[in-house]
Amino acid sequence: MNNMLNSVLRQTARSVRGISLTQRHSGRLGAAGARWMCSSSSEVLKNVEQIVKKDKVVVFMKGTPAQPMCGFSNAVVQILRMHGVEKYTAYNVLENQELRQGVKTFSNWPTIPQVFFNGEFVGGCDILLQMHQSGDLVEELDKLGIRSALLDTQTPSK
Amino acid sequence: MAVTTDHIREKLSAEIGAIHVEVEDTSSSRCALSFKVLVVSPQFEGKPLLQRHRMVNTCLATELKEIHAFEQKTLTPEQWEKQKQQ
Repeated sequence: MNNMLNSVLRQTARSVRGISLTQRHSGRLGAAGARWMCSSSSEVLKNVEQIVKKDKVVVFMKGTPAQPMCGFSNAVVQILRMHGVEKYTAYNVLENQELRQGVKTFSNWPTIPQVFFNGEFVGGCDILLQMHQSGDLVEELDKLGIRSALLDTQTPSK
Repeated sequence: MAVTTDHIREKLSAEIGAIHVEVEDTSSSRCALSFKVLVVSPQFEGKPLLQRHRMVNTCLATELKEIHAFEQKTLTPEQWEKQKQQ
């Protein structure tokens, strides 16, 4: 699954931006800069709405950015990393069953991972991947004041 | 009750007017029950991705309770034609 995913991401990166991104990122895999919080307090559970607004980018996933426990969660982490988004808050739902259910109820979305931008539900793995492929993700990040790293690696065309 | 690819296909066709559905059972790896679907429906026209996916999720709400992993791609007939040509 991971191999397949990596090749998809690589192909995508090439087709969208015309260059390979693998070299650039290969040395950074272990250095996830994402803040990872252990969400055990009941206060956090009671109000998913509050916690999704705590950071520009909030991810609910299985495992951690440094060690994703599911291929789909890993895909989200890899896509964000490809865009240079390293500072985000990630919650490991495997450590908290209430949160796992709570976020699904909150967003009315049946699966994990889930990505929020500025407190607003963006989607899961499929949506993030398709936004990445279409270029929409660069725009959405821009709205958050985050400059995608892909813009800096893009070959000047005109 | 096990969810079958035929069942998913029929439900998507009947409830959200899908004119083409590809369902792949991707369960073989680590997950017990997972599916990947491509749904083509004129009802997706003019709707953002999130809303399209929500339509599929709503349609398959009962089934999704039993499905562990679910990947989806949602296209309008026009987008599908384009994709086929590529």
